[in-house]
Amino acid sequence: MRRLMNLAPRPGIRLLLGLLPFVLIAFIYVAASAERRAVNPDDKLLPPVSEMVAAANRLAFEPDRRSGEYVLWSDTAASLRRLALGLGIATAIGLTVGLGIGVLPLVGATLAPLVGVLSMVPPMAILPILFIVFGLGELSKVVLILIGVTPFLIRDLALTISALPPEQLVKAQTLGASTWQVAIRVVLPQIMPRLIEAVRLSIGPAFLFLIAAEAIASDVGLGYRIFLVRRYLAMDIILPYVAWITLLAFLMDWALATLARRAFGFAYVTERR
Amino acid sequence: MTKILKLLTVAIAAAALLTAAPLSPAFAAKKKEFNIAWTIYVGWMPWPYAAEQGIIKKWADKYGITINVTQINDYVESINQYTAGKFDGVTLTNMDALTIPAAGGVDTTVLVVGSFSNGNDGIVLKKGKTLADIKGQSVNLVELSVSHYLLARGLESVKLTEKDIKVVNTSDADIVGAFKSKDSTAVVTWNPQLMEVKAELGATPVFDSSKIPGEIIDTLSVNTETLRDNPDFGKALVGAWYEIMAIMANAEKGKAAREAMAKTSGTDLAGYEAQLKTTRMFYDPADAVKFVSSGDLPKIMDMVRTFSFQHNLLGDNVKSKDAVGIGFPGGKTLGSAKNVKLRFDATYMKMAADKKL
Repeated sequence: MRRLMNLAPRPGIRLLLGLLPFVLIAFIYVAASAERRAVNPDDKLLPPVSEMVAAANRLAFEPDRRSGEYVLWSDTAASLRRLALGLGIATAIGLTVGLGIGVLPLVGATLAPLVGVLSMVPPMAILPILFIVFGLGELSKVVLILIGVTPFLIRDLALTISALPPEQLVKAQTLGASTWQVAIRVVLPQIMPRLIEAVRLSIGPAFLFLIAAEAIASDVGLGYRIFLVRRYLAMDIILPYVAWITLLAFLMDWALATLARRAFGFAYVTERR
Repeated sequence: MTKILKLLTVAIAAAALLTAAPLSPAFAAKKKEFNIAWTIYVGWMPWPYAAEQGIIKKWADKYGITINVTQINDYVESINQYTAGKFDGVTLTNMDALTIPAAGGVDTTVLVVGSFSNGNDGIVLKKGKTLADIKGQSVNLVELSVSHYLLARGLESVKLTEKDIKVVNTSDADIVGAFKSKDSTAVVTWNPQLMEVKAELGATPVFDSSKIPGEIIDTLSVNTETLRDNPDFGKALVGAWYEIMAIMANAEKGKAAREAMAKTSGTDLAGYEAQLKTTRMFYDPADAVKFVSSGDLPKIMDMVRTFSFQHNLLGDNVKSKDAVGIGFPGGKTLGSAKNVKLRFDATYMKMAADKKL
C-alpha cells in the first residue's frame, strides 16, 4: 500500500537520514563560531573545532602542569567509579525492595507509601543534610545518585510485578511452589528485562546527579572539571567534556540494551524492528 | 541521489544561516537601550535599590536613554552572559574582570569602583588557631575565585604554598552546609556566608581581606566599545551611583536605603550593616578617583595577574602574564600595550567628583 506510513528508507538512505541532523547541528555550530570569531578573535563562547581538538588532546595525552596527572582519564575514572557504585547499589536495592513490594502484600502495605513519598523529594534541596550525614567525600556523591534513582527503580519494578497475570501466580502455587519459589522462579525472570530497561532510563538522571554532586564539592571528576573551567568560560574544554559524557552514556545504554537481548531474549521476541 | 544531496546542502545552509543569527554577538554602535546585570553582594546592593527607587530611570531619562537592570542568581553566570555579549555591563571584582571578559577578548572598562573588601572575605579553621595550622588540611573554597586568591596571599604570609594544603572546589551556595560536615575543617569564603561560617561552634577566623586591603575590588564594569560609542551610558550610571552613595553615607536618610538593600539581599539591617563594616565603601567619588589613580593599583593588579597566570586563568595557551594588557588612568599600562583588554577609567567618576554630570 503506498501510504506515507509504509514508506521505509533503504539502508543507505536510512544512514544518511540519521546523520543529517548531526551534520546540520555541526554546520550551524561552525557557522556561528566563525561569525563570533570574526567579531572578536578571542571569543570563548563558541570556539572553533580545531581549538576543541587541541584542548581535548592536551587534557587526554599531556600531563597536567601542576599535578602531573592526565586530567581527562583521572576525571573519567573518578566519575565512572561513583556512577557505577551509585547505579549498582541503586539497582540492587531497587530489585530487592521492588520484588518485596510487588510480591508480598505485607511489605507493599508498609513500604509502598514511603517509597511513593520519597520519590517526590527533590534530592538537591536536602543537600546540607546529606553533607552532614554522609560527609563531603565519595560517599555523599554516591548517596545523591542513590536517592535520585532508587525510588524510580523500586516503583517501576513494583508496577511491573502488579501487571503480571494473577493466573500465573495462582498456577505456580497450585503446582506447590512456595512464596520464595514464586518470587525467584516466576516473577524474577519476568522482571529482569524491565529492570535493565529501567536502569537504562536512569543513566541520564544518574549522570545529572553525579555532575551536580561533583559541582558542589569535589577535587576530581567530569562534573568538577566542567564547573571549574566554567569560571573562565573555557568552552573549548567544556564542549569536548560534554561530548565525552554523551559518548560514555551512549555506550552504557548500548551495552545494557545488548545484555538484555542476549540474556533475556524471550522478552524481545515480538519486538518490531 | 545527487539531486537529493544538492537539495539537502541548500537546506542545511539556509537553516544554518537562520539559526546562527541569534548567536552572533551584539555589535557596538550608537544605541538607546542598555542592559546591566547584578548579583547579590553587599557592595552591589545599591544598584537594585537605585533601579527600584527610579534613580536609574531618572538619570537615564536625563541623557535620553533606557537602562535595564537585571538580577542574575549565579555570579559566574552573570559574568559569562556579559562576556558572551548579552549585557553591556556587570557587577564583578577586579580579578574576575581580568580572567573572564578581558582574557576572553572582551575589552572591558571599570566604570565605577564602588568599594573594596576589607574583611568580607576570610579563612576560617575548625582545627587550629592560626593560619599556619592550615598546613596539611583540605580547604573548601570556590576554586579560582577571589577566595582562592585570598588563600594564596594568606599562605604566602606564613611561608606556605598551595602544595602544603589540598584544595576542594565547593559551591558558594553550599559552603555553609559543607562546613557543618565533619570532613570539612577549613574554608575560605565571602560574606554573607562568611558570617555563618564564623558562627559555627569551634570555628576560628585566621585571616581575612583586611590584611590585604584594596586587593579585592568591587566594580561595575562595562563593555569598552559600547562606552566609547555611548558616553551617555557611562554618565547616567555614574550619576545614579553617586546619588545613591550620598544617600547611603547619611546616617539618618541612609537608614531606609540600607534597610531596603538588606531586605533585597536576604538579610536584616543589622546583618547588612555588619557586612558594610567589612567593606570599604567609596561614598565620595573623589576617594574612588584617588584610589584608581594611585600608584598602588598597578601593584595590586600585578599580584592579581600573576596569580591568574599561575593558575592558567588567562588561557591555556598564554605564555606570559603580560599577554592581557591592563590600562590605568593617565595612559599607564601593565603588560601588552597592544592588547589592553581591561581598563581602569577615572574619567566618569571624576565628572561626578567635579559635579559635571
